[in-house]
Amino acid sequence: MERVDLHPTRICKCGRFPLRPGKPLPFGATIVPGGVNFSIYSRYATSCTLVLFEKHSPQPCCEIAFPDEWRIGNVFTMVVFNLDYDNIEYGFRMDGPFDPKNGHRFDKTKILMDPYAKVIGGRDVWGVVPDWNNIYQHRARICFDDFDWENDHPLEIPIEDLIIYEMHVRGFTRHPSSGVKHPGTFAGIIEKIPYLKELGINCVELMPIHEFDEFENSRISPVTGKLLMNYWGYSNVGFFALKAGYAATGKFGMQVDEFKNLVKILHKNGIEVILDVVFNHTAEGNENGPYISYRGIDNKTYYMLTPDGYYFNFSGCGNTLNCNNPIVRNMIVDCLRYWATDYHIDGFRFDLATILGRDQTGAPMHNPPLLESLAFDPILGKCKLIAEAWDAGGLYQVGSFPAWGRWAEWNGKYRDDIRKFLKGDLGMVGAVAQRIQGSPDLYGWQQRGACASINFITAHDGFTLMDLVSYNYKHNEANGEDNRDGCNDNYSWNCGYEGETDDPNIMRLRFKQIKNAIAMLLVSQGTPMILAGDEIGKTQKGNNNAYCQDNEISWIDWSLLDKNREIFNFFKRMIAFRKVHPVLRNRGHFRNCDYVGSGYADITWHGTKAWYADWSGTSRVLAFMLCGKHAKGGTVEDNTIYVAMNMHWEPHTFELPQMPQGMGWYLFAHTDYLPPHDIFEPGQEKLLDNQKEFLLGPRSVLIIVCKPLVKKLPKKKGER
Amino acid sequence: MESKFSVNYENGVAKIELFGRLDATNASNLQEELKKIIDKKIERLVFFAKDLEYISSAGLRVIIFAKQKIGVNSKVYLISPQEVVLNVIKMSGLDNFMIIEDSYKD
Repeated sequence: MERVDLHPTRICKCGRFPLRPGKPLPFGATIVPGGVNFSIYSRYATSCTLVLFEKHSPQPCCEIAFPDEWRIGNVFTMVVFNLDYDNIEYGFRMDGPFDPKNGHRFDKTKILMDPYAKVIGGRDVWGVVPDWNNIYQHRARICFDDFDWENDHPLEIPIEDLIIYEMHVRGFTRHPSSGVKHPGTFAGIIEKIPYLKELGINCVELMPIHEFDEFENSRISPVTGKLLMNYWGYSNVGFFALKAGYAATGKFGMQVDEFKNLVKILHKNGIEVILDVVFNHTAEGNENGPYISYRGIDNKTYYMLTPDGYYFNFSGCGNTLNCNNPIVRNMIVDCLRYWATDYHIDGFRFDLATILGRDQTGAPMHNPPLLESLAFDPILGKCKLIAEAWDAGGLYQVGSFPAWGRWAEWNGKYRDDIRKFLKGDLGMVGAVAQRIQGSPDLYGWQQRGACASINFITAHDGFTLMDLVSYNYKHNEANGEDNRDGCNDNYSWNCGYEGETDDPNIMRLRFKQIKNAIAMLLVSQGTPMILAGDEIGKTQKGNNNAYCQDNEISWIDWSLLDKNREIFNFFKRMIAFRKVHPVLRNRGHFRNCDYVGSGYADITWHGTKAWYADWSGTSRVLAFMLCGKHAKGGTVEDNTIYVAMNMHWEPHTFELPQMPQGMGWYLFAHTDYLPPHDIFEPGQEKLLDNQKEFLLGPRSVLIIVCKPLVKKLPKKKGER
Repeated sequence: MESKFSVNYENGVAKIELFGRLDATNASNLQEELKKIIDKKIERLVFFAKDLEYISSAGLRVIIFAKQKIGVNSKVYLISPQEVVLNVIKMSGLDNFMIIEDSYKD
């Protein structure tokens, strides 16, 4: 029997669109039989009008006021029939008080985007200069939310087994050398999946892919004369919509299908997808910013305001989203559920996440309800939740971010301590020992385990790995801010010359330092994250804040793969090594004892003398051994692995711990050796001639594996 | 509304010719036409796309519908699509289950 509520009860003034009362939930525009249900919340608006456009047309084709008798509570809702879904764009006009002192900024002359818009037009193709006279810049469209996922399902790889690869969608394939058919797009990434598989990563973390405006604050660089744009995209226009300009099909409005197809194919190849989400602020800026959506719909709800009605700026970007207002909180939860449900996303990394734990006056909360809701949300129950546990307002919560056993953190201390150790700073061995164990000093007290720590040495924010070993100072002049922007505490060392050089000794040392860094990262407990391009020695010419550089400074130059294949091979084998050795991927922290009866503690510390680590303030060397019988908390058996790190500029002989009868040490990697002897295929390690000690080169890392001794074959001539 | 497609069914082969644009304005009509052959035994489902200039999200959905409801056990062909249409089909992943050819032989 046909439902009676499928039929219109009245018609709009222009006579084209029949109407009926709508349903308040879900918010946004939802396709229902015969029409579209529109629903939008505003607590303080006195009236609301739906504004309909034909796609791309400058003027609306129809404006329909929500009848007040159809409003339910603070929600304006109605169903509009006969809409051509593919060719309609919609917005709202909200009437209400303009009283900034009390937080209200209603302006009915503005056309506002739906905060729940699932497709947003207006910046359909990256870099096409918009018409600034357009009265409605970011246009909500109606989304088909079905997709043929076949049997796809989020992969649910345990977080400690992930190897995350942080990537900018456009920068990954935009460079002409990428050789893909659709450079700089989601479709371009698909073409590079064989490369990602060869490298061995099993998770891509995409820098923001929510709709943003690449022309926000665009300007010409006074130094290079190039157009500077909002390239990174940490400035949301809409939380539910994809960046159309990242889709090759964006000009057809089909970004949703293209991105879902990317996720599906990545999953088929065993690669998870984590999204970098930016819930700390929006693209509307401060008092002087544009009306896009939130400020005109319900300023007081969506933003943290000072008592005088100005915008708090904990994000450093002009405004702060009012995350712990119940309405905004629900919007964020709805949004993440949508990405998990409709896009099969495996996890989220929250930009400046401590803002999510501030109350409506900006004060940090003890039990922030938003973070708690996300930790316990049933739909997000298997999604990774990763916090960038600091914000621009000075709240630094690495190690103390409210976690409920669910949240992991970008471990900023890992980055800084390993960098300092790598460049030879004194007094670092104690800290490095903590970092390598998954930072029990930070996460042990709450029993959060090693998997609370996302370990990284480089990320999009800061130097690339090649630049970390090539520059002592940032070189951000091209950003047009007199080199004032970007971080000054880089803990980098240029190996003797500032910038690019063809000095073979310096280049050899830089390559070795890169290998030292990646070796330490991949033998550390916790989840490693690699910055895309580091595996082929990507440089940004010393720019450590390339947020505005949509050009060769940021794009990955794929010709480096041939030039720096030595680095790529080292990365590839280190990743493979980590994957075959569960002893490197424990969920919990070490107990510093032998709890399986193997005769060795789960982790033991060594120095140039076995069993004696030099913890003194003048030490630059440290070695450790992981007992294979304690892998994954003693549940699986692995090889015992010994790692020695000599960050001194002199070589040092390390006495090796003695292994049981019949077992011996096999060389996996020694960064001081030249290729092909620097690293072996996992499983093809080479038996050490001298089982008692090993001479580590200056600034070098050694990784050896304990395996049963096999009868040695006579040496071939010329073999090392 | 102008019909921008034709559907013919003969001897286990359904032939669908597409012209101009396949978008929300005509996709549901095509879907209705296709529903009429749901119960028939179909070995091949052939979309002739030489004159198809544009396919939208709604258009893609008809093809997915056709595969799922009509052609589960049959082969789905897409014949001589224009480059712009082919790109959209590839980027949205529909090429996984379709045989794309320059010409069709009975």
